[in-house]
Amino acid sequence: MGKITLNQVRKSFGEVDVIPGIDLTINEGEFVVFVGPSGCGKSTLLRLIAGLEDTSGGIIQIDGMDATDLPPAKRRLAMVFQSYALYPHMSVRKNIAFPLKMAGMDAAEQDKRVNHAAKILNLGAYLDRRPGQLSGGQRQRVAIGRAIVREPAAFLFDEPLSNLDAALRVSMRQEISELHQTLKTTMIYVTHDQVEAMTMADKIVVLNAGRIEQVGSPMDLYRSPANLFVAGFIGSPKMNLIDGAEAAKHDATTIGIRPEHITIGGDGPWEGVVGLSEHLGSDTFLKVNAGALGTLTVRASGEVMMHHGDTIRMAPQPGKILRFGADGNALA
Amino acid sequence: MATAHSRTAARLMLSPAVILLLLWMIVPLGMTLYFSFLRYNLLMPGMETFVGFENYYYFVNQPAFWSALSNTLILVLGVLCITVVGGILLALLLDQPFWGQGIVRVLVIAPFFVMPTVSALVWKNMFMNPVNGMFAHMAKSLGLQPFDFLSHAPLASIILIVAWQWLPFATLILLTALQSLDREQQEAAEMDGAGWLPRFVYLTVPHLTRSITVVILIQTIFLLSVFAEILVTTNGGPGTASTNLTYLVYAQSLLNYDVGGGSAGGIIAVILANIVAIFLMRMIGKNLEA
Repeated sequence: MGKITLNQVRKSFGEVDVIPGIDLTINEGEFVVFVGPSGCGKSTLLRLIAGLEDTSGGIIQIDGMDATDLPPAKRRLAMVFQSYALYPHMSVRKNIAFPLKMAGMDAAEQDKRVNHAAKILNLGAYLDRRPGQLSGGQRQRVAIGRAIVREPAAFLFDEPLSNLDAALRVSMRQEISELHQTLKTTMIYVTHDQVEAMTMADKIVVLNAGRIEQVGSPMDLYRSPANLFVAGFIGSPKMNLIDGAEAAKHDATTIGIRPEHITIGGDGPWEGVVGLSEHLGSDTFLKVNAGALGTLTVRASGEVMMHHGDTIRMAPQPGKILRFGADGNALA
Repeated sequence: MATAHSRTAARLMLSPAVILLLLWMIVPLGMTLYFSFLRYNLLMPGMETFVGFENYYYFVNQPAFWSALSNTLILVLGVLCITVVGGILLALLLDQPFWGQGIVRVLVIAPFFVMPTVSALVWKNMFMNPVNGMFAHMAKSLGLQPFDFLSHAPLASIILIVAWQWLPFATLILLTALQSLDREQQEAAEMDGAGWLPRFVYLTVPHLTRSITVVILIQTIFLLSVFAEILVTTNGGPGTASTNLTYLVYAQSLLNYDVGGGSAGGIIAVILANIVAIFLMRMIGKNLEA
């Protein structure tokens, strides 16, 4: 239940190849996040899996069965949309029951499933309201409820949290993660926010221009990005990428060092002048103008009292320097 | 902005327009009401006398009145049915992507720009005429007897003509509503296993109710006073088969020179329009609330 395999899946809109060919296996029960900058084809890929777009080539298998040409309703997948896509003229109860009604399920069973979903999602009090009377977070929960009741082989989420405010996004993120723990169903989640990807995923698929840049667990991607794109995309603030003489010292075209892997003080090899400093309380992010190295972002823990114009010395932590070749790929 | 002073100033500056509009409405209405209580015949000018409700009595008790009343309602209902159902179907069709969409949409809207007298004459002479009309030709080419629409089915013919004029309006309003239908909702329903018909019934129709209400309300206002189409095609006949209330008022006051009776008919038409309006607002007015 819920293993999805993509074999050379392609999609082109007219002349434009949005997805030139993707191979990917999503295992049963996995929480997979497709992440990438906007326009990288992640939503298109999800819609191909859902069946809302026709593939231009390749095979999509769901549970070992060829689903490439199946209509969306037959794929046993449930999707949660960015705009929630609730039916505005129906009450919450009818919204959640809609897929069951379409499947011709009897009323008692419908009621049972709707009440069960409402209990999981804390929607009991809102069942008779219309979507228009709910807040953004509640609407998103209704959309998830509508997906749950079908007991699908896999859930597809298309940037479900991007219409929510920051605080709500964090709590919904946790709710979705907990839901995955409870249901243990395969989930595919599309986002452009690498924080969501890092916090929720079992497996992250980093996409760029329709191609998979790297697949791996969040910490794999953090520790050993396969190329410059992944290195720059995963992690916040961004990794410092340095080329030129300093990189040549490490036999690489470009070296990368994360802001949190630079130690301030002592007699470190690098020297720079503090430009902007962002004090968050728990952390301080310093933009340091380090001459030939360029502008480095440095993360210091706690309340570091450094200000514009201070000269500091910095040292990269041993073994944390990542090396990239001329083609942008990581060197072993 | 909303200080007491600025509100007073706003009222003061609005009042000329409001007063003008009020006079524009109230003076003709008042005069019609006044004439309806007079014996006022154009053949005997200067002989007006007050007769109370006599004009109303004779207007209502003439044989043509009840048929005119029912013709008015049949005309309104018939045109509404055709335009709403036809408008939904046409709008669904025009909402599909196809080559030459822009031109086709303009062409579909075109009948609305044709004057009622002109379009009625075109229908009468070029389509429905039993000798030279297009329909007669078609019937003859099939070996059938041509049908004289305006003599044998006068009211239905007029309904057809008026519906043809108003179909573009309904189509246009319903098409814009269709275009604002949320695509993700449709996709969600598709994933939920809803086929074309359930999606239409559960998503499209509820989405269209507000626009349908607008179409019905606006069209009813204009359809209650259809006149030009009747004047140039059937002249209300044969007999009174295609006379509606508006045409009866015209016949009473200008063909029979009885301004008093015509005015009484006009007031009855106003009352009828209000009854219809109350009914409509009761039935479908709640759709307009957000």
